[in-house]
Amino acid sequence: MATDPRYLDVETLVTDPSTRIIVCCGSGGVGKTTLAAALGLRAAESGRRVVTLTIDPAKRLAQSLGLNELDNTPRQVAGIRASGGKGSGSTGPKKRPAGELHAMMLDMKRTFDEIVEAHASPAKAAQILANPFYQSLSSSFAGTQEYMAMEKLGQLRRSDRWDLIVVDTPPSRSALDFLDAPKRLGRFLDGRFIRMLLVPTKAGGRGYVKLMQAGVGMVTGAMTKLLGTQLLTEVQTFVTAMDTMFGGLRDRADATAKLLREPGTAFVVVAAPEPDALREASYFVERLGEENMPLAGVVMNRVHRSAVPELSAGRSIAVAESLEAEPGADGVLASGVLRTHAHRMAQQGAEEKLLAAFAITHSKVRTATVPAFAGDVHDLAGLRALATALCKPAAHMQ
Amino acid sequence: MSRDGAARDSDWEGVRLHVVTGKGGTGKTTVAAALALALATGGRRTLLVECEGRQGLARLFDAPPLPYAERRVAVAPDGGVVYGLAIDPDEALLEYLDLYYHLGRAGRALRRFGAIDFATTIAPGVRDVLLTGKAYEATRRKVSSRATRTAAAPASRTDPDAYVYDAVVMDAPPTGRIARFLNVNSEVAGLARVGPVNKQAESIMKLIRSPQTVVHVVTLLEEMPVQETLDGIDDLRALDLPVGGIVVNRGHAPLLAASDLRVAAAGKLDVAAVRSGLAAGGIAVDDVTAAALCLEATDHAQQVATERRLRQRLKAAERPIYQLPDLGEFDTGGLYVMAAEFARQGAA
Repeated sequence: MATDPRYLDVETLVTDPSTRIIVCCGSGGVGKTTLAAALGLRAAESGRRVVTLTIDPAKRLAQSLGLNELDNTPRQVAGIRASGGKGSGSTGPKKRPAGELHAMMLDMKRTFDEIVEAHASPAKAAQILANPFYQSLSSSFAGTQEYMAMEKLGQLRRSDRWDLIVVDTPPSRSALDFLDAPKRLGRFLDGRFIRMLLVPTKAGGRGYVKLMQAGVGMVTGAMTKLLGTQLLTEVQTFVTAMDTMFGGLRDRADATAKLLREPGTAFVVVAAPEPDALREASYFVERLGEENMPLAGVVMNRVHRSAVPELSAGRSIAVAESLEAEPGADGVLASGVLRTHAHRMAQQGAEEKLLAAFAITHSKVRTATVPAFAGDVHDLAGLRALATALCKPAAHMQ
Repeated sequence: MSRDGAARDSDWEGVRLHVVTGKGGTGKTTVAAALALALATGGRRTLLVECEGRQGLARLFDAPPLPYAERRVAVAPDGGVVYGLAIDPDEALLEYLDLYYHLGRAGRALRRFGAIDFATTIAPGVRDVLLTGKAYEATRRKVSSRATRTAAAPASRTDPDAYVYDAVVMDAPPTGRIARFLNVNSEVAGLARVGPVNKQAESIMKLIRSPQTVVHVVTLLEEMPVQETLDGIDDLRALDLPVGGIVVNRGHAPLLAASDLRVAAAGKLDVAAVRSGLAAGGIAVDDVTAAALCLEATDHAQQVATERRLRQRLKAAERPIYQLPDLGEFDTGGLYVMAAEFARQGAA
């Protein structure tokens, strides 16, 4: 079973010393944040030093880790135990000393501020931080999150303090946002637009400026008309002040993009057996392939399975109806139980159909399956149970 | 559905812009589509706006991918029509520049210089301004307005002062981002303190804060979606944004009798009794199988109990709650069932 080429061996993935970054992606609502935390916990309890980075503004990871606050610095999670690889089967269950699990939530403004402070002189940094355009760019606009998430990931990796970094990607409008953030930043920094914005405050007389003067005039005119001189001046002041740091920013963005393609990085696509989530997962799998990003596999979360598959939904309903028509002793109870079973079987049937279609479309993609839990996971014990279920080859479907 | 199309008794009388948000995975797009259908019922005309570029609407209505144009996507009961629009930020920006500032040529120059690209993908926030701006424009569009002639939109109505759409339904970003998304125009108005962008941003905020707009939140009866719903409602209220109804999607009806449900939730079903009850119906099982079936009943009973508790929590928000059934395997027909539910419960 464990050698099944279709099976995603999560246990080996998280404990393998060569795995340095795990990026969890998938659509919202599939349990991505919780799974990322479970993977981190599993790795930590196998003796690794792990940090999980969540980007979601809702305090979900905090909830599932029993922490009351998360900020921009990794906080150590208490209660990490040593595990002996119990229940993992194939690998020898040697008792390993406990590692460490740290958790952090991205503070995008703080991250942006730190970059500015690190790359500009104190005077210039102060100027940028006080700029109104910078302030709204760094704190209240959507999209900055993705850039800063990549930046933070790069920082964590460069610090070399961690055996493993588990990243929970932002709840983006689309997968593109997270994958494309570094590239987009690079494109912008190389673009003509930014040079144009820099023009009015730089010494004139550069060749390309002269050539494009007419166009520049028109664009600047249009922008002034639209935004008003005051905002345009603020944007220009910001861009000018940032000019000295752009080179550094681009290098970092490039480095992070490269990092994502390294062999030590593993993308785990999280999905649930629902049409939207699977469509989104297909899309992720395809995009990762196109971009040569190392896909480890797909985790199918919250899969419903009946322990009594031989009793069909149809038969259950039929018998429930006949019991309800002539209720004898325990007839009402039995018919209720049959109806819940029929419901479960119908759900299982619908899910199997979706999963089979996914498996046919992505025949080379490794998969691990996690059964649906009755309640939400919100403590370490729950995360541990989730991780155990995730690492159990028996949970894999034929 | 029996309500009179002209003078229906809805919870949202006078509302022209319905913003639909919800945590990922709650079925926000489907609910938005069903609401647009419900609001179009009885000879009305609604526009369903998608702004996250996923072409989810086209899939829902079994239609080819929507271009950046308002297309008829569904016919509502009793002669209504739902139009769909997938907003493309680049196109929306050029259209906007042309419409309001007549920047035909300069607009193209902006694109050449990467300014359009900058504005819609790099400069965060501009995209949100454009999306809300487009919804604003469509909501306020009258038969006589210039946009009606240029936007390839339906203008078969003759009264020039009539609105082109009776209502606009926006499939908006998820709950975690919704307050910031809708408030983006106050940010912009604060940044661009003069000029046409400022004026436009102020008008958009005025509409969003007016009684003509409501934000509905879609949720499942699970811990995290409910928590996010309550947090999202707090965020909206803190920014003075109008909270509409809470839509509970895919709730489960109890399948066990009330007394059995309580016992099952406690995990104390009598396995032997279940076994003999099944035997009376002709299903012979051993104790292990009977226990496994009881466990499934326990899962179900606990879920029903959780849902009841969470429904109670949602009541704290003091907003109308609409409940949509779990339709299992979903198809376009399901949208009409949901739309009828909305009408029956007074949401449209």
